Amino acid sequence: MNRTTIDLWVGIFVTMGIAALVFLALKVGNLNGAQLADPYPLTAKFDNIGGLKARAPIKSAGVVVGRIDSIKLDPENFQAVVAMHIDSRYSFPRDTYATINTSGLLGEQYIGLEPGGDTDVLKPGEVLKKTQSAVVLEKLISQFMFSKAAETAPAAAPEPSK
Amino acid sequence: MPMHYSGLAMLDGTVSAFRNIGTRVINAVWRLGYAARFFVSIMAASGTGFRRFNLILREIYFSGVLSLIIILVSGLFVGMVLGLQGYDTLQRYGSEEALGVLVALSLVRELGPVVAGLLFASRAGSAITAEIGLMKATEQLDAMDMMAVNPIARVIAPRFWGAAISLPLLVAMFSTMGVYGGFLIGAVHIGVDAGAFWGQMQTAIDFQRDILNGVVKSVVFGFAIALISVFEGYDSDATAEGVSRATTRTVVTSSLAILGLDFILTSFMFRG
Repeated sequence: MNRTTIDLWVGIFVTMGIAALVFLALKVGNLNGAQLADPYPLTAKFDNIGGLKARAPIKSAGVVVGRIDSIKLDPENFQAVVAMHIDSRYSFPRDTYATINTSGLLGEQYIGLEPGGDTDVLKPGEVLKKTQSAVVLEKLISQFMFSKAAETAPAAAPEPSK
Repeated sequence: MPMHYSGLAMLDGTVSAFRNIGTRVINAVWRLGYAARFFVSIMAASGTGFRRFNLILREIYFSGVLSLIIILVSGLFVGMVLGLQGYDTLQRYGSEEALGVLVALSLVRELGPVVAGLLFASRAGSAITAEIGLMKATEQLDAMDMMAVNPIARVIAPRFWGAAISLPLLVAMFSTMGVYGGFLIGAVHIGVDAGAFWGQMQTAIDFQRDILNGVVKSVVFGFAIALISVFEGYDSDATAEGVSRATTRTVVTSSLAILGLDFILTSFMFRG
């Protein structure tokens, strides 16, 4: 069996196809990006997680250090239990603060870790105790409106007595 | 008396219309069953087909390599149009940096598999059907059978696998060209920041959810187009008119199959 030009063309074709797939995987997707090195688990409980979703990033000082595995509701005290994996290169103090932030005005939500000053670090499987819920825009607006109403109410009340 | 006759004639017309519908439905179901059996016999004959790999290589050349130009050029233009249209919409919200995400996401998830599949069905699928149909019309398939050469293993299976292997590779190239076209228009021509273009794209696009699902779609479409093309050719009437009808049917059926399958696959993949 001899080599033919068709073989060459098919070889070029298949190589181009595989190169395109690799391009899609590496350059368009993030296959090489946020690979976690030997991650360890942590959990955190929030009163309200807003629009947080599984696989959302965990960031500390803006750097991605982990990902969310799952989000469940604790049937005992009705808190959201967020299970996450953190890159083992990073360890955080025990009094680390976990907050739910939004990237940009309309971006996706992520968990931000703000390290405290404790000398002990969080061990695998431990629970982050200090958390801050997601900011719910409706609550914020209603709070603002009620406080405005409370400000104007005493001013309006004395008027009839005058 | 004339009324009676005309009433009977009307009844006769209605009956034949119903009969016509019935024949069409039965025929469609019959062909579907025949196609399923045909698919099984292709699979059964594929063992011998793969042992003579140069046959498949030849078919990859005819359906894949020769479709390269149309796929690459259309991918580039689709990406450039996405870049222009996407920029026009995104800049109203002041988020033109998300252009990369828009271009790549729409290409990798939907436009790549669907548009490349439609192009492939009309460029390569129709050629396969016409070739097999003509072989049948000129009794070449019967002649092979006479010589104890199984035409399904010798003619059908290589063409089926050639098309089924080619499409996923073509779709990947289409999406790549599209992303590059969007980059050319968005970053080079309009002046969106190139770093933001690639960076936002990489954070927003998930390998498993977006790219692998796109590859799964292209594989499914490849099998569907390949089966429809070889089946329509094999099942065509052995006349010039029959071959032309079968070729038309290949393009119509493949296009509808791609769009229908795309809806079903999307509803499974992106439900949550």
